[in-house]
Amino acid sequence: MSEVKKIATRESYGNALKELGAAHPDIIVFDADLAGSTKTAVFGKAFPDRHFNCGIAEGNMMCVAAGAAAMGMTPFASSFAMFASGRAFEQIRNSIGYPRLNVKICASHAGISVGEDGASHQCCEDFAIMRAIPNMVVMCPADDVEARAMVKAAYEYKGPVYIRLGRSPVPVFDHRPDYSFTIGKGEVLAEGGDVAIIATGLMVYEAVEAAKLLREEGVSARVVNMATIKPLDEELVLKAAAECGRIITCEEHSVIGGLGEAVCALLAEKLPTPVKRIGLNDEFGVSGPAGDLLKKYGLCREHIAEVAKAF
Amino acid sequence: MTEKERRELQITACKIRMGVIEGTYHAKSGHPGGSLSAAELFAYLYSRELNVDPRNPRWPERDRFVLSKGHTAPGLYAALALRGFFPWEDIRTLRHIGSHLQGHPNMNSTPGVDMSTGSLGQGISAACGMALAARVQGNPCRVYALLGDGELQEGQVWEAMMFAGHYKLDNLCIAIDNNGLQIDGKVADVMSIYPIADKLRAFGWECCEIDGHDFDQMEAAFAQARATRGKPFAIVMKTTKGKGVSFMEDQAGWHGKGPNQAEYEQAMAELNAQLAGLEAM
Repeated sequence: MSEVKKIATRESYGNALKELGAAHPDIIVFDADLAGSTKTAVFGKAFPDRHFNCGIAEGNMMCVAAGAAAMGMTPFASSFAMFASGRAFEQIRNSIGYPRLNVKICASHAGISVGEDGASHQCCEDFAIMRAIPNMVVMCPADDVEARAMVKAAYEYKGPVYIRLGRSPVPVFDHRPDYSFTIGKGEVLAEGGDVAIIATGLMVYEAVEAAKLLREEGVSARVVNMATIKPLDEELVLKAAAECGRIITCEEHSVIGGLGEAVCALLAEKLPTPVKRIGLNDEFGVSGPAGDLLKKYGLCREHIAEVAKAF
Repeated sequence: MTEKERRELQITACKIRMGVIEGTYHAKSGHPGGSLSAAELFAYLYSRELNVDPRNPRWPERDRFVLSKGHTAPGLYAALALRGFFPWEDIRTLRHIGSHLQGHPNMNSTPGVDMSTGSLGQGISAACGMALAARVQGNPCRVYALLGDGELQEGQVWEAMMFAGHYKLDNLCIAIDNNGLQIDGKVADVMSIYPIADKLRAFGWECCEIDGHDFDQMEAAFAQARATRGKPFAIVMKTTKGKGVSFMEDQAGWHGKGPNQAEYEQAMAELNAQLAGLEAM
C-alpha cells in the first residue's frame, strides 16, 4: 500500500500554520503540552513570541484563546480531539460558541486511528459534540492538500471553527493543480449513479478505492468528499440522493451524531432516501496498530464495497 | 481622595444598588446578593479606574473588564448605565425577551461588556487571554476581572491562576468578592477556599486584602496593582453579601432571587434614605 505518499493531517496543520504565521501577525497559537504531537511546535519554532503552552489545562486554554480573540487576534488552539472537544466542551460552548469568537480549534489524534493508545484517546464523538454548538463550523480534511487549504480557509473565515486532524499518515491523493477549498462545499471525486458514498476524513480515500472495487463488479458508485460536516453541503447530498437513490456515509466517528446522522436528518426532512452508515457502531475502540483497527471496525474499502453490494 | 470624591463614589455605589434592586425586581429573578456586595467595586472601576469611552465602547486600547462572576450582571449593568453606555431605563428590561440585558453578560448585545460570561471559572481565563494578547499586540490597556469567592471552587480558576503567574501577566488585576456566602450556605462550610491570599501568592501573584466597601483602601489597592511589575495582582475584598439592603445583608437566600413588591419598596426606601443622606452631606 505504498503507491501514494502519506502525510498525517496534523503535519499538514503545523506546516500550514507556520506558512500563515509569516503573513499574519494576528495569529496566536495555544497548546496544552502536546505541541510536538499536534504540530503547533512547527509554528512555535518559527514564531516563539506567538506560541503559548498552557500546560495540561485544556479548559483554561480554550477560554484564554477566547480572550485573545476578543482582543482581535486570531487564535488557534490545539490538543487531542478527546480533550479539546471532550474536556473543554463547556468552555468552547460558552466562551467561544456563544460569543461567536474567532477561535480555531484544531484537534489532532481524532478517531480510531490514534491506534495503540486505546479507547481513552480514540475520540469518536467530537463531530457530535461540536456540531451541537450553534455558530460552530466543523470540518475534517481527507489529505494533506485539503488539510492545508482548510487551515487557510479557517483563518480567513471569521468565527469559531473546529478542525479534526489525524495522527496517522494518510495518502495524499488529490493532486489537481486547480484545487481550492470552500467551507461548506463538498466535492464529487468519482461519478456514479447506483449508489453515492459520502465520506469524510481518512475515509474519503477508502471510498475512492471502494468505488474502484465496485466498478470492477459493475456497480457505479459516486464518491463525495464531505470535508465540512457543518454547515452540511445540503445541495450536494440531495443531488446525490435524487440521482443515486441510495446513500452510504463513511466516517471514522461514531454513527451517532456525526456525518451519517447529519445526512440522515437532512434526507428524512427533504428527500427520504435509504442510508447505510459506516462508522463506529456505538462502541469503544481497543489498542492496536491504526491500519488493523480501521479494518477491525470496518473502516476500509472492502467493507464499504460489501455494504454497497448488499444495499 | 478628598471627602467630596469619596462621597461621589458612595453616591454612585448607592445608585448601582438601586439599579440592582430595580432590575431584579422587574425581572422577578436575578442575583442581587453578590451584585450588592460588589457595588463599591463597580463604582470605583467605572468612575476612576477603567480607561473606557462610552461613546466608543469598542475602542481597541480601552481597559477591559471581565465579570467572571457573571451572575452579578445587575451590578455591572447599573454601573455601565451610570457611566453612559446605555440609558438607565434599560435596567428595567433586565432578563426580558428582546432586551440587550441578558441574565448573564453578553458581549455582543450590551455596549461596554467586554466578554460573555456566566459559567463560573471561565471569565478569569478569558481575562488571562486578553492580558496576554495585549502584551503580544503592544496594546497598553490593562485587564480587570471580578471573581466570586465561591467561584474559586472551580478548578479552572486555578488553571488560570497558574497561567497568569507563569506568564507574569502584570497588566492583569483581579478582585475577589469575598462575601463568604454561596447558594448552599457559607463558603467555609460548602467547600472552604481559605486561605485565599496565601494560595494566590503560591501561584505567583501579588496580593492585598481590603475592606471591599472602603474606597480609600480600594484606591490604594488599585494603585499598588498598577505599580506592580512582573506579577499579576489580586485584591481580596472582604464584603457583606446583600450590602445596603437590611434584609438582604449576609443572607445566602438572596443569592439568586428577585424581590417581590413589598421587598422592592422597602429596599428602595432604604436606598433612597441612604442616597438622601449622602447627598445632604
